[in-house]
Amino acid sequence: MSAAEQAQAAQSTRNGWLLSAPALVILTLFAVGPLMIVVVYSFLAPGKYGNIEWAFSLEGWRGILYTKDIFDDTYKLADANVTIFWRSIKLSLMTTALTFAVGFPTAWFIATRPAKSRALWLFLITIPFWTNLLIRTYAINEVIRNEGMFNTLMMKLGLISEPIRIIYTDTAVFIGMAYVYLPLMVLPLFAAIDRFDMRLLEAGYDLYASRLQVLRRIILPIVKPGIIAGSILVFVPSLGAYVTPRVLGGGKQMMIGNFIDLQFGQGRNWPLGAALSLTLLIIVTIALLVYVKYANRDTTHGH
Amino acid sequence: MTQNTAVEARHAVKAFGQGDNAVRALDDVSIEIRKGEFFTLLGPSGCGKTTLLRLIAGFEMPTSGTILLDGQDITYLPPNQRPVNTVFQSYALFPHLTVAQNVGFGLQMQGRPKAEVKETVARMLALVKLEPMANRKTSQLSGGQQQRVALARALAPKPKVLLLDEPLSALDLKLRKEMQIELKRLQTETGITFVFVTHDQEEALTMSDRIGVMSAGKLQQIGAPKDIYTRPVNRFVASFIGETNFLPATAEAGAARLATGDLIDLPGLAGSGHVTVTVRPEQVRLVETTDPGAIAATVKSMVYFGTDTHCYMALKDGTEVVARLQSPATGEAGLQQGQQVGLRFAPGAAQIVED
Repeated sequence: MSAAEQAQAAQSTRNGWLLSAPALVILTLFAVGPLMIVVVYSFLAPGKYGNIEWAFSLEGWRGILYTKDIFDDTYKLADANVTIFWRSIKLSLMTTALTFAVGFPTAWFIATRPAKSRALWLFLITIPFWTNLLIRTYAINEVIRNEGMFNTLMMKLGLISEPIRIIYTDTAVFIGMAYVYLPLMVLPLFAAIDRFDMRLLEAGYDLYASRLQVLRRIILPIVKPGIIAGSILVFVPSLGAYVTPRVLGGGKQMMIGNFIDLQFGQGRNWPLGAALSLTLLIIVTIALLVYVKYANRDTTHGH
Repeated sequence: MTQNTAVEARHAVKAFGQGDNAVRALDDVSIEIRKGEFFTLLGPSGCGKTTLLRLIAGFEMPTSGTILLDGQDITYLPPNQRPVNTVFQSYALFPHLTVAQNVGFGLQMQGRPKAEVKETVARMLALVKLEPMANRKTSQLSGGQQQRVALARALAPKPKVLLLDEPLSALDLKLRKEMQIELKRLQTETGITFVFVTHDQEEALTMSDRIGVMSAGKLQQIGAPKDIYTRPVNRFVASFIGETNFLPATAEAGAARLATGDLIDLPGLAGSGHVTVTVRPEQVRLVETTDPGAIAATVKSMVYFGTDTHCYMALKDGTEVVARLQSPATGEAGLQQGQQVGLRFAPGAAQIVED
């Protein structure tokens, strides 16, 4: 390489860095930077009055699963924390399952409409996004609370004599999250089903497959990328949900999101809050990696 | 219905739409397809040939009429319960499965034992010469290879009837010719009844044992390729299968008189009134203008086709006639535009067709 070429290569490298500088600055300022602050805080000690003591400590990380006994300073498993983790994962999985069960037929219905009306149906699916999440959640609250629409109607019809208590239970959070995240499942599923060649259905029936077999052996494997995308889009925000469990879970049925909020607010334990945030990030990352790996193996080697 | 019938349609009607807007895709079609034959449904697009195929496959139910398979009424049987398989125009191969898995799909769905599936798939892949491709994805295959997979997949469950819906239309000319021979070979080797749908008359003539010509939802004529070509029953069949000349004429006893006044011998023709005489271009002979019985014509244009040359001529009344001549002959004759020639039809070549 001649000197001129070297100079040119160096120039082009310099240009590359210069051109990506704005993006790099923004990423550093708004993504890596805050994350690093959270990491640093998670290794500091909580002060007595909700402040931070600048000393290395694993107290925050230990606090994720263990509590210190006030009297003898021994550590024991924090049942409340385990319950919150378990509830978050369980509710997120259930939400993903329910949105899939409801979203798949919905997406199929839209994808099989004539091209002209399809745009209208898709538009209807996106309408909830126009309303603030908080308002949508309170709307669900209005429907399911003890004196709400559902219970009033059921009692008027004489089907029940006392209101069914749904509000401030796991069920309420589950219903609310499924409602809020449903469009996130429907849209990627629609995109996958829209690309699906409907003529394959006839080929399947022609080759002696029953309806169920056509669904299991042909449709589901082919639209799997859409199912994976939809599941990720629903599972990840469900796991970190904050507003829905707060409004429908009534503060008692906490999920990780509310628990983190508690540490930064009333709890005044920022290191624990930071460690919890990172734990959530780690759980989501592991879940995604496992899911993607599993999904890839399945698509490249058939079954 | 005889022992020899594989599939039969009786007065099959298929109407799409309701009331006044209803379109009859199939209009009272009755047809018997014999066991082990290569039967072709031929017609222009929209003639109802694919609809008839779909009634046999079970993808559609007739508005009225019956479909029988081996003497059994299968009119309302769903496709997955009919021992009939289809090769689709688009092939409709399963993109998430390998070639071998595609071919084995039908057998698997029938619940055949694994060993049998494996053995049959291997045999089918050998039959269509695709053994090396067994573990490829179908998207990695060429059009011709995909076509073979589609064939192997449909043949694997050993259907009583194989339906082929314009399977060669997506292939280029050379590949299409190869696949025509291949299809014929497969049909002979497997002995399975083939019902082949095409709009390509040449394909129909070269491959079929019998052809059913369809137009406007109706069956126009059924017969061996030679019968259809040489004895078309009506103007549609005559013009759809190969090129032909139509000459308006008036019926006389034993002959038809053209508008030019020339007489064409047609033994058996009786009565009077307007008739249409048809003659295939290869049956038109050029003779001296002085030849007795020659019909006078003027050469309009010559089109060279390689082995033969088409000579477009006009009779005295302006009726156009085309003759297909072997190329050396035209060279010798040295025909030129505007030249006066005499025409003769080969004995027995002229015939009357319904309009």
